[in-house]
Amino acid sequence: MDIFIQQIINGLVLGSIYALVALGYTMVYGIMGLINFAHGEVVMIGALVALSVIKLLANSGLPGVVIVLIGLMAAALVCMAVGFAIERVAYRPLRKAPKLAPLITAIGVSIVLQNLAMLIWGRNYHAFPPILPNGEHEILGATITSVQIAIIIIAAAMMGGLILLINRTRLGRAMRATAENPGIAQLMGVNINQIISLTFVIGSALAAVAGLMVSANYSIAHYYMGFVLGLKAFTAAVLGGIGNLAGAMLGGILLGLIESLGAGYIGDLTGGFFGSNYQDVFAFLVLICVLVFRPSGLVGEKAAERA
Amino acid sequence: MTLFESLRHNRRAAIGAMLFLGILLAVLPFTVGSMMGNSWLRILDFALLYIMLALGLNIVVGFAGLLDLGYIAFYAVGAYFYALLASPHFGLHLPVWLIIPGGAMLAGLFGIILGAPTLRLRGDYLAIVTLGFGEIVRIFMNNLNAPINITNGPQGISGIDPINMGGVTLAKPIEFVGITIPSLHAYYYLFLGLALLIVFVSIRLEDSRIGRAWVAIREDEIAAKACGINTRNIKLLAFAMGASFGGVAGGLFAGFQGFVSPESFSLMESVMVLCMVVLGGMGNIPGVILGGILLTLLPEAFRHGAGPVQMALFGKILLDPEALRMLAFGLALIVVMLYRPAGLWPSSTRRREFKGEGA
Amino acid sequence: MQFSRVPSITLAVAAALALIGCGQKEEPKPQAAAPVAAPAPAPVPAPKPEVTVKLGHVAPLTGPQAHLGKDNENGARMAVDELNAQNLEIGGAKVKFELLAEDDQADPKQGTIVAQKLVDAKVNGVIGHLNSGTTIPASKIYFDAGIPQISGSATNPKYTQQGFKTAFRVMANDVQQGKILGEYAVKQLGAKSVAIIDDRSAYGQGLADEFKKAVEAAGVKIVANEFTNDKATDFAAILTKIKSKKPDVVFYGGMDAQGGPMAKQMKTLGLKNAKFLTGDGGCTPEFIKLGGEAAEGQYCSLPGVPLESMPGGKAFGDKFTAKYGQIQLYAPYVYDAVMVAADAMKRANSVEPATYLPEIGKTSYQGVTARIMFDELGDLKGGSVSMYQVKAGKWSYLETLGGDVMAAAKDAVAEAKEAVVEAVKATGEAAKATGDAAKEMAKDAAKEGVKAGAEAVKGAADATRGAAEATKAAVEKK
Repeated sequence: MDIFIQQIINGLVLGSIYALVALGYTMVYGIMGLINFAHGEVVMIGALVALSVIKLLANSGLPGVVIVLIGLMAAALVCMAVGFAIERVAYRPLRKAPKLAPLITAIGVSIVLQNLAMLIWGRNYHAFPPILPNGEHEILGATITSVQIAIIIIAAAMMGGLILLINRTRLGRAMRATAENPGIAQLMGVNINQIISLTFVIGSALAAVAGLMVSANYSIAHYYMGFVLGLKAFTAAVLGGIGNLAGAMLGGILLGLIESLGAGYIGDLTGGFFGSNYQDVFAFLVLICVLVFRPSGLVGEKAAERA
Repeated sequence: MTLFESLRHNRRAAIGAMLFLGILLAVLPFTVGSMMGNSWLRILDFALLYIMLALGLNIVVGFAGLLDLGYIAFYAVGAYFYALLASPHFGLHLPVWLIIPGGAMLAGLFGIILGAPTLRLRGDYLAIVTLGFGEIVRIFMNNLNAPINITNGPQGISGIDPINMGGVTLAKPIEFVGITIPSLHAYYYLFLGLALLIVFVSIRLEDSRIGRAWVAIREDEIAAKACGINTRNIKLLAFAMGASFGGVAGGLFAGFQGFVSPESFSLMESVMVLCMVVLGGMGNIPGVILGGILLTLLPEAFRHGAGPVQMALFGKILLDPEALRMLAFGLALIVVMLYRPAGLWPSSTRRREFKGEGA
Repeated sequence: MQFSRVPSITLAVAAALALIGCGQKEEPKPQAAAPVAAPAPAPVPAPKPEVTVKLGHVAPLTGPQAHLGKDNENGARMAVDELNAQNLEIGGAKVKFELLAEDDQADPKQGTIVAQKLVDAKVNGVIGHLNSGTTIPASKIYFDAGIPQISGSATNPKYTQQGFKTAFRVMANDVQQGKILGEYAVKQLGAKSVAIIDDRSAYGQGLADEFKKAVEAAGVKIVANEFTNDKATDFAAILTKIKSKKPDVVFYGGMDAQGGPMAKQMKTLGLKNAKFLTGDGGCTPEFIKLGGEAAEGQYCSLPGVPLESMPGGKAFGDKFTAKYGQIQLYAPYVYDAVMVAADAMKRANSVEPATYLPEIGKTSYQGVTARIMFDELGDLKGGSVSMYQVKAGKWSYLETLGGDVMAAAKDAVAEAKEAVVEAVKATGEAAKATGDAAKEMAKDAAKEGVKAGAEAVKGAADATRGAAEATKAAVEKK
């Protein structure tokens, strides 16, 4: 039983990480209808910047949490600048271009960011300095660390905060208007360029948080980490219904649970024929099944029947 | 397709252009091989394979407007089909004329398997499902070495028979009426022949009822349905046709390389083929060909250029040439799309639409 | 209008040709890419002819494995620099070595393109590639061109089993290493139940399979066989499953970037009593860096014998660290690979691939990782494997297993020395002894002692044979 609870916790933690990254994807998609494929790389930049700052301050005598917060601030600032630049350079000129054009520039941006990071931070892996208290807690015989608890709480808080932002503030209303119809929003006095820039900046700040939490949890950062993370988070966002913030959270948690339970029990369920090597197959099959029955994801709005 | 229309109407120009192109393509390997070395010839061979892939994907993405991020799976199916039936792995050595069409058919079948559950999906949802499909195929190939060893898992299959036509193996120089055709050249001609065949089929398909139905679906699925197009069958046909081209290219790849392993069929490969289609000009056959050529040659040109250019400019290596090469490649993707959002060579209808929209 | 469109298809081809043309202009220059060639050699008045020996080196320099690729390249670069500093003369000409370093991104297709590029550049030999997946298809191109290829890190047995006489490897292959690791887990670690994880890469799966065979052959149960991939960071799910099976030893076939975090997560999940064992991929300082405290007490294996115990090994390590930073993994093997190629050229007195190729097969070279001799396939003969354990945040050497030739070269020599001392002592005693029994005993001891002594002297001259015999003698004595 404790093994099962542990697997659920593993899934929740992994899922919250996916959700943190997926929120960034879905936020941009919700406003602009565009998949920011470079988001995973922004997460990577966030992780590496935070790590560099934290490493610099590791011996300064400040309490660990303060150092981490400073690292987070630095990472958020850099990521916001990167996000702003990406939107200006790679997406804004293509706002009216065929739908796949921004996809290609996004791939270009990913390649550039990855190789820039390789030049700046080198090819080696970076370890997260052990400055956070390594608190391990027992829940019904299963273990969870303080960082992991923080990840789950932060992911949920982020989602809540974003939903409030979008539904309850002036900025949010402008965002929704932009998402609905940019042309009319502009006529109503919304500066849509500013709104879209802001959306990207907020999404990138989220990426910084995600990057920091991921590298703190696994104690590893590397210029290549964004690719896989971005891919999984994208899957999660689509599973939940891309463009929907609650959906991103739900999709992330669900994907985490599927992977964790899949790796844990698929072998026993299939008599050893399939093992944890088919974990991703299992996850993708669930995704396909969900999309076959709900073509717009779990809680996604039904897409209008237009081509 | 006014380009091909015009060629059809103006006979002299058509014959002239074809003749010029034919001679150019025929002598290309010899000029490239002797002037620039065999590595460029090998790159050219790969460029032809990628042209086949890009044309296959163009049917799905360019004609029918279905975003496919798992296209490399069909390439993998073709490659593994060849590898399993013509290698010491199972001790089978079937002839090429059986395997390549067989691989194309199997890949086509996989195309239908992929297409069937995804008929209702569109846009980004379709993209993620096809991406998942590509990964599923790769994961199976990577893991089917136990409990029964089918694909030999991550170790890949080595010692694959080279392509052998009528008792003549392409792996060794061929003596042909007094001329020696080296192996790479022979592969070039074979690939060129098949690529031309695929170009031909693509052109004919585009002009056919089916091709027009694909375009109709791309432009407006509901309207297409209302016009009496069986959208289900037509979509499945697009997946199957596109996939079969990929299967052909895969089989050729296996015979050419002599080794296949799952790492050749990663997601990044699917993305690259998609880039070829979009960058070249979605839906326009010459554009897609150009995209395939460019994206195969560009990284290699940067490979040759990154170090020497720095040496010439600064007198020393300032930045790691390999990182620079990839940086330049990424920037090239961005810049091309910024200046040619509809692709380098868009189809004329698309260009008109785009201009209309942009104004 | 219509007519003007006609030539546009030729335009595409022309554009493509122009592009090829661009590449062509740069074609003669790629050698310059290697910074080694950058500083112009000081003008030497000597009229001696000079030949440039081009050595190709291929490894992934971009993408997720770039850190290992760069490490390999640095190993090769250091060897080339040292060779150039020696001012070698081969075949009456001064020899200058030049390294053509290429990136294959661990992609088999690019592996063949790069291989062809090196063949076109008329390299005299190739060092690499790093991954088996790129090495195998590329080896055919080198074979067809008759260019010797020595890999310092491709461990897939298939590489040398293709029948290519140009293919060599200066490292134990997966079969050799996996077997020794399996036996180590059962005998030395006393495993009663074993869990295996592999990363489904050609390397990790190959090693894990051989490990599994060896463990099962020893009659020990495999309680769990789990998988991850070479880009993963989260192993909680598979480790939780393994925890439920309560193994004594967890073996991981894969690289340090996964191994380190895996050891850490094992500890967090309470798999504290299981010993963690991994192969050469995890036998790096990165593993300790990433594993943190959880790395302490874990085991790994590395083909060959520890650098410190090899003649010149420590010097190599210090020099490398000073120049390029910490050794990641395969740099010493690649360094040896370059040296083996140069050594064969010296013996053949030629840098021509066709002439020195047969000499590589006859190599008996004292490298920094092992005494390198090849079997008929081109594999390292009797590759030994050394075991290490993390103690106080550092990999420390435990013992060397397997490999009869130079496996325990150092130990054997030490034992031989001891034997000599004992023999001398015994002889002295024998002279003093008066009783029959004592006399007889002394006689035997003296005989053995003298034999051992003689062997030991011989061993000093010919380390290979001497060491083996001395070991034998020492064992006899005991």
